[in-house]
Amino acid sequence: MERKISLDLRRADLGYEGRVVLHDINLSIQSGEIVCLLGPNGVGKTTLFKTILGFIKPIAGSIVIDGRNIAQFALKDFARLVAYVPQVHNSPFPYKVRDVVLFGRTVHLGLFASPGQKDREIANSFLDLLEIQHLADRSFTELSGGERQMVIIARALTQEAKFIILDEPTSNLDYGNQVRVIRKIKEMRKQSVGILMATHSPDHAFMIGSKVVVMDNGSLYRYGTPEATLTEETLKKIYGVDVDVFDTPSNGTCRRKICAPVMDL
Amino acid sequence: MKSLSLILICLLILSLVSLFSIGIGRYPVSPGDLFSWLSTGHSSDDNLQVILFNIRLPRLIGAIAAGGALAMSGAAYQGMFRNPMVSPDILGVSSGAGFGAALAILLSLPVAGIQLFSFAGGITAVLIAVSVSKTIGRSHDSVLVLVLSGIIISSLFGALLSMLKYIADPDDKLPAITYWLMGSLANIRMNDLWVILPVLIAGSIPLMLVSWRLNVLSFGEDEARSLGVHTGWMRVIIILSATLVTACIISVSGIIGWVGLIVPHLARFIAGPNHRLLLPTSFLFGGIFMLVVDDIARSLVSVEIPIGIITAILGAPFFIYFLKRSAKKSW
Repeated sequence: MERKISLDLRRADLGYEGRVVLHDINLSIQSGEIVCLLGPNGVGKTTLFKTILGFIKPIAGSIVIDGRNIAQFALKDFARLVAYVPQVHNSPFPYKVRDVVLFGRTVHLGLFASPGQKDREIANSFLDLLEIQHLADRSFTELSGGERQMVIIARALTQEAKFIILDEPTSNLDYGNQVRVIRKIKEMRKQSVGILMATHSPDHAFMIGSKVVVMDNGSLYRYGTPEATLTEETLKKIYGVDVDVFDTPSNGTCRRKICAPVMDL
Repeated sequence: MKSLSLILICLLILSLVSLFSIGIGRYPVSPGDLFSWLSTGHSSDDNLQVILFNIRLPRLIGAIAAGGALAMSGAAYQGMFRNPMVSPDILGVSSGAGFGAALAILLSLPVAGIQLFSFAGGITAVLIAVSVSKTIGRSHDSVLVLVLSGIIISSLFGALLSMLKYIADPDDKLPAITYWLMGSLANIRMNDLWVILPVLIAGSIPLMLVSWRLNVLSFGEDEARSLGVHTGWMRVIIILSATLVTACIISVSGIIGWVGLIVPHLARFIAGPNHRLLLPTSFLFGGIFMLVVDDIARSLVSVEIPIGIITAILGAPFFIYFLKRSAKKSW
């Protein structure tokens, strides 16, 4: 059993050049756990992600991984702990999918080295895990949005970081691809990585069934299990629309909540 | 190994084109003479010996070095700037070098002085462009700011160059400046090569060493950083190396456009986008391309055509073809 480590935000104020966007944030993610982040547009999810990824510094407080402040990490050490799956991916050049996944190994290579056989095998194993082996020799630029998302997730896994930050991994995907991506993310818990994922769909949080953080008005509003957190009341408060939350029709083993916006007839 | 065989094929073509090119020129060299010179290092014909060793061979090596360096720098810049429309002079190295050379010509400096001034001018222009981009700040997209700074400085040095041309003596200095700006490999001698080749090697090695990370850099600042690539240092290494080799080549050859823009496209078409293979392939393609262009320059008509004119005339339709192709497919 691998040792659990945690990523913590401690009393952190986040924002840009004196403008505080998020105030007094306390949040903890353990390796092996999935935390879904929900909140209306413009609430500061991107600011939170950028700060956790070290692109911007917290205005006050600290972000700590395994007991060490991230400000003390060298870029290379940090990239071994935290991987990033951005919302939009574009490369101007048509790299092979196999190579794109292999780019995840960069942080494990010497400054002037290129990947070896072992790195290829690791990349290959995650192509298998995400069931995208058939894409391996295609150009990344020719893939559909859902396929690209899978490739970038495979790249993040290949990085073998302890935490993966996913910025709305299901945005721009069709319904089937959303479900496929969510299923794979749910399976990733077995890789004992900690996952922080932003989403706009409460249903995704119910499907994953792990922890939920709800952001509203510059702070963390609720934290807990999806069932306890994503109530009709909370959803009404943060999104400003009426939503019914109810149990799926009982059809045996797998029962979970779903939500449906209330519509006038 | 697919990549190894591609490199070997390129080397073979380069050798064949070199053999062909060395025989071309005003003083005809028969294949028999060439073969005996190559196998023994001597020739019964003294004139031939002098022409081959003092003129043709340095020019041949100079052409390969110039084409190779410009194409490899272009490929590295296109990767770094994440833009296939970028050429090695995007940060102002050519206009800086042109200004430096024109200044030296105006001051009636000897050839070595022109080379030194042009080299210094090229480096200075790039340093100014980089400094300007730093003062504009970090809040913007750093790659975009760098490109815009390069355009500003290029145009500034272009204006300074025009000023020098305006005050230059129209009978004597102005034609010299104009001719220099059109580029030529005609005046490369052995002692130039002893300067170019070490600089070329010193600049190429860092580019080759970071070629894997260059792939990651082409995904953009944030992604590259989260993959563990120190983007700031990478840019320093790439700009420094590419500027060094480009300024050095321009200082002996004058301004040769298009090579650094189109050859990387051709190389990417054959070798794929992975910079590990793309950089060496671009170098070899650039060398082959420049040899062919130089052959045309010195044999098409009885007077030599400036090489920059030919690269532009060949480059334009070439580039249109690539644009058309890329409209259907990605780069």
